[in-house]
Amino acid sequence: MAFSKEEMLGMYRKMLLIREFEETVANLFSQGQIPGFVHLYVGEEAVAVGVCSNLGDKDYIASTHRGHGHGIARGASVDKMMAEIFGKINGYCRGKGGSMHIADVELGFLGANGIVGAGLPLAAGAAFANKYLKNNGVAVCFFGDGASNRATFHEALNLASIWKLPVVFVCENNMYGISMSQERHQNITDVADRAVAYGIPGVSVDGNDLMAVYEAAGEAVKRARAGEGPTLIECKTYRHRGHFEGDACVYRSEDELNEWKKKCPIQRFSTRLLEMNMTTREELESIAAGVKEQIKTAVEYANRSPLPDETELTTDVYCD
Amino acid sequence: MQEMTYSQAINAALREEMKRDNTVYLLGEDVGVFGGCFGVTTGLIQEFGPERVLDTPISETAIVGSAVGAAAAGLRPVPEIMFMDFMTVCLDEFFNQAAKMRYMFGGKAKVPITLRTVCGAGLGAAAQHSQSLEAWFTHMPGVKVVMPSTPADAKGLLVSSIRDDNPVIFIEHKMLYGVSGEVPEGEYAIPLGQADIKREGKDVTVVATSLMVHRALAAAETLAAEGVELEVVDPRTLMPFDKETVLKSVEKTGRLVIVHEAVKTGGFGGEIAAIVAEEGFDSLDAPIKRVAAPFAPVPFSPPLEAAYVPGEEKIIEAVKEIL
Ligand SMILES: Cc1ncc(C[n+]2csc(CCOP(=O)(O)OP(=O)(O)O)c2C)c(N)n1
Ligand SMILES: [Mg+2]
Repeated sequence: MAFSKEEMLGMYRKMLLIREFEETVANLFSQGQIPGFVHLYVGEEAVAVGVCSNLGDKDYIASTHRGHGHGIARGASVDKMMAEIFGKINGYCRGKGGSMHIADVELGFLGANGIVGAGLPLAAGAAFANKYLKNNGVAVCFFGDGASNRATFHEALNLASIWKLPVVFVCENNMYGISMSQERHQNITDVADRAVAYGIPGVSVDGNDLMAVYEAAGEAVKRARAGEGPTLIECKTYRHRGHFEGDACVYRSEDELNEWKKKCPIQRFSTRLLEMNMTTREELESIAAGVKEQIKTAVEYANRSPLPDETELTTDVYCD
Repeated sequence: MQEMTYSQAINAALREEMKRDNTVYLLGEDVGVFGGCFGVTTGLIQEFGPERVLDTPISETAIVGSAVGAAAAGLRPVPEIMFMDFMTVCLDEFFNQAAKMRYMFGGKAKVPITLRTVCGAGLGAAAQHSQSLEAWFTHMPGVKVVMPSTPADAKGLLVSSIRDDNPVIFIEHKMLYGVSGEVPEGEYAIPLGQADIKREGKDVTVVATSLMVHRALAAAETLAAEGVELEVVDPRTLMPFDKETVLKSVEKTGRLVIVHEAVKTGGFGGEIAAIVAEEGFDSLDAPIKRVAAPFAPVPFSPPLEAAYVPGEEKIIEAVKEIL
């Protein structure tokens, strides 16, 4: 796949932006500046960026409780995301949703989700709408290994397969659903194997390899746009942080975590860029500095935003 | 008496019932190794082993559905649904299967399942992790609904729920887990269907459930300083509902305020108000008041969430309106 230097560095920057966003949220959370629960995406950046880099205006994504990376990869404003996480009126959901419900439908972002596995049929529905409207758009659903055990996974894949919906199901197999390791929660090693049951293609890729994810998603999106129906893609990856911030991670070993940190998708991609002579250390450093600045600005924006007024309690329950 | 948190009291009830009856087993997401999302089942897998404390996949339909089947086949399952909000994804198993089996089968089956779950706002967990949906379950003939407010009640009511031959939904409040209280030593059970008067008073009856019992008690304390005496009644179980205790209290006070965290419209407060209007109308000296959440999903932002959940001031306001 031939990429321009701009495209390559653009994807690099997005991954870094997600990482910086998440690490900043982790810090602010530990200082008690963020209410509620946060589930961070550190270590899984290549999945969101690799997939979303294939998408256009008419396309939709549906996300999960671990959704910040998906939003950023789709092009959401980190200012408005941060303000939402702070519960401020200038956030994406006017402070009503928080981390687990950040959404921007106009951007084709059908939202993070508090219900595991809820996104799969929603994405099938968005794909159905695109097909119905004949606008050539597709839909992508991100979901976890744990979510692949929910009824919604099976029902959505089956429906999409018989209706040949332009949808791509992207399983982020980070090997755990909270404390349950994959080997304890399902009797298979490749979630992609489940595609067989629905007569659709199932591919398993290294989710920490940006190019591998990009290519697999590109193939699936092409197939979807051509009217050939859904694909199940499994991206093998790992979350560096706990399930939620504050999780003591009693169910996994420090060694396992350290092994995976060595396979960091961002480092891996920067090494590749340097090897390909696509960039220089200085250029990467200046990108990193820009990213830091952008996130700093986002935090300032969030801090400056007012809290919602009590009158907001009962607005937007219904359309007017 | 011993001092225990609500969470420890529930843990103790589970432990005692598992020791007493080896058909009792636990299942749910992260209830084993992790000790439960809120730590309530801590230590039980170590004590009873993975055969009786089962970590499940994220498959609520199968958690509850399999529990119903196992219950009909002679076991006493105690499934946990991590947040009450997720009852939506296993409602058929609970409502169309568990609740109706005995009746549909002409009394030839029993389904002794105690489904533990967690309600309530207060942690900034937003619209899909903070709801109080107890009223739904009171609309299901065949199901018992339990909502304890103190450690002692939680322990005694959980014991009775597990021993009950009917499907029971046992609703814990996430903001109560850390609350401590006196719990009787040794084995005891509190029968389902008995309200408890948490504070006696002669001026206004306040019927409150779960976390709201504590808010009502705080309001009673404040108002006592002004010479107004609230009688705080905690039904403890909504189905069966101890209407006698409520009617008797209203007979004494002549005034009724009902407080719950669920949204007001279609909430159980409407049922309580209707019972008192039908059967205790002559006792009333003033209109019945309900204090409950506004008709909206639970918001995330802390000031909105705080305004959403009924507090002491709103209870006092309602009391003053009918004094
Ligand atoms: C229907 C439902 N059940 C349970 C939960 C609680 N829960 C939130 S995240 C999670 C684990 C999800 O695991 P996975 O799908 O692998 O995603 P990951 O967290 O690993 O990204 C669970 C059990 C939920 N939110 N919704
Ligand atoms: Mg996972």
